[in-house]
Amino acid sequence: MSQNVGSRLVLDASEIARALTRISHEIDERTKGANDVLVLGIPTRGAYLAQRIASNLSKIQGNEINVGTLDITLFRDDLKRQPIRALLPTYIPAGSLEDSLVILVDDVFFSGRTIRAALDALNEFGRPRAVQLAVLIDRGHRELPIRADYVGKNLPTSMDEKVTVQLSEIDGEDAVYVGGGQ
Amino acid sequence: MKHLLTSESLTREETIALLDTASRMRELSGAKKLPTLRGFTVVNLFFEDSTRTRISFEAAAKRLSADVINFSAKGSSVSKGESLKDTALTLQAMGADAVVIRHPASGSAERLANAGWISGSVINAGDGTHQHPTQALLDAFTIRNHFGEVGGDLQGLSIAIVGDILHSRVARSNVFLLSTLGAKVHVVAPATLLPIGVEKWPCSVHFSLEEILGEVDAIMMLRIQSERMTDSYFPSELEYSKRYGLDQERFAMMQDHAIIMHPGPMNRGLEISAAVADNARSVIVEQVSNGVLIRMAVLFHILAGESL
Repeated sequence: MSQNVGSRLVLDASEIARALTRISHEIDERTKGANDVLVLGIPTRGAYLAQRIASNLSKIQGNEINVGTLDITLFRDDLKRQPIRALLPTYIPAGSLEDSLVILVDDVFFSGRTIRAALDALNEFGRPRAVQLAVLIDRGHRELPIRADYVGKNLPTSMDEKVTVQLSEIDGEDAVYVGGGQ
Repeated sequence: MKHLLTSESLTREETIALLDTASRMRELSGAKKLPTLRGFTVVNLFFEDSTRTRISFEAAAKRLSADVINFSAKGSSVSKGESLKDTALTLQAMGADAVVIRHPASGSAERLANAGWISGSVINAGDGTHQHPTQALLDAFTIRNHFGEVGGDLQGLSIAIVGDILHSRVARSNVFLLSTLGAKVHVVAPATLLPIGVEKWPCSVHFSLEEILGEVDAIMMLRIQSERMTDSYFPSELEYSKRYGLDQERFAMMQDHAIIMHPGPMNRGLEISAAVADNARSVIVEQVSNGVLIRMAVLFHILAGESL
């Protein structure tokens, strides 16, 4: 793939699967099998990760897990800095948010601004009893006091490196690459 | 996109992007408010009466957290003879980011946008008998919600626009927008209510409703605009109603899936019978709620980004 020229593979398909399985077990453990969990993915790739985590969780716990997507574009603080982005799907199962335990899911955790926007968005939709954050990659460089509760892989990067998460649902393969740095 | 003045100026891609944004806006309807346009000021500049359009622009701007200033010609200095230019300069001094204008003179939105009086964006909410692009967008959105999907166009659909085409900015905007999206558009009217040059529009022209009733997927009944009727265009309202009104009998000739549209306000019993207007396949109320979503999409695309 041309976009991966000069970049190195940091997670392959089986490592991604294991990371998501571990995160799912950690969620089960930390939430003590709570039945009011809503797994909410941030599109595009966070939404697919949320689906996978929810399906893992429902196998572990033996019941259906509420899962949805939350597009945070309209809640961003940098809209004027870039061209219009197409809005992405939002789907929150009816009645699943109020007093629930929301697990936000994103692919790459970077400045923290996306998560801040997601927290603002949640606030407009209702009042969960708690919100936790699961990410596949934590690459550091936080600009806000926000941390993740569940991390697939901590990946120290420099600011000019680019982390690319590929998921089979849209990219044809499961892989995480880092590239573009010095 | 800096201004929205006519529906002809929108490309197919821009139009689909606007409809898609409106679809996403609906998915966010569970949110109390969206903070997107906080700090922006939107002025509703209405020189002509309007219920739906003004309220829906106001609702759209407020849902996106913009500050809204409503200006209507009645009760303002316009009634003391202030010109459009001086009104515009006042708005500029107040720092309007977008001006939504409804004006009885065709071309006024264009003039406001290009005369250099204001630096903000201009959105045409109806100028005389010229254009009403957000109405056409919401009509296309309503049709796509019934027959199409997010990301798609209106290819293969057949849509009739019936009535006073001559005075209708809604018809003009719709003919161009719907054909941009690939729909087959028919206009139906008595010859006296067709504008000069209609043969150059991207649509077919019919003088009888029965010719196309059986093939259309959506039919748009236009209001007989008595306030613009300075001449007699047809012998009597009764005769118009008999030949061009949508009553139960004509409704029965339509396909089972076809939807009934009207931009409002309706003259019940004239262009559309009360029974048809209240029928389950009438989407007139849906058009109004879609109007808010479309205007949110337009404000977002015009104010929040550099380009589409």
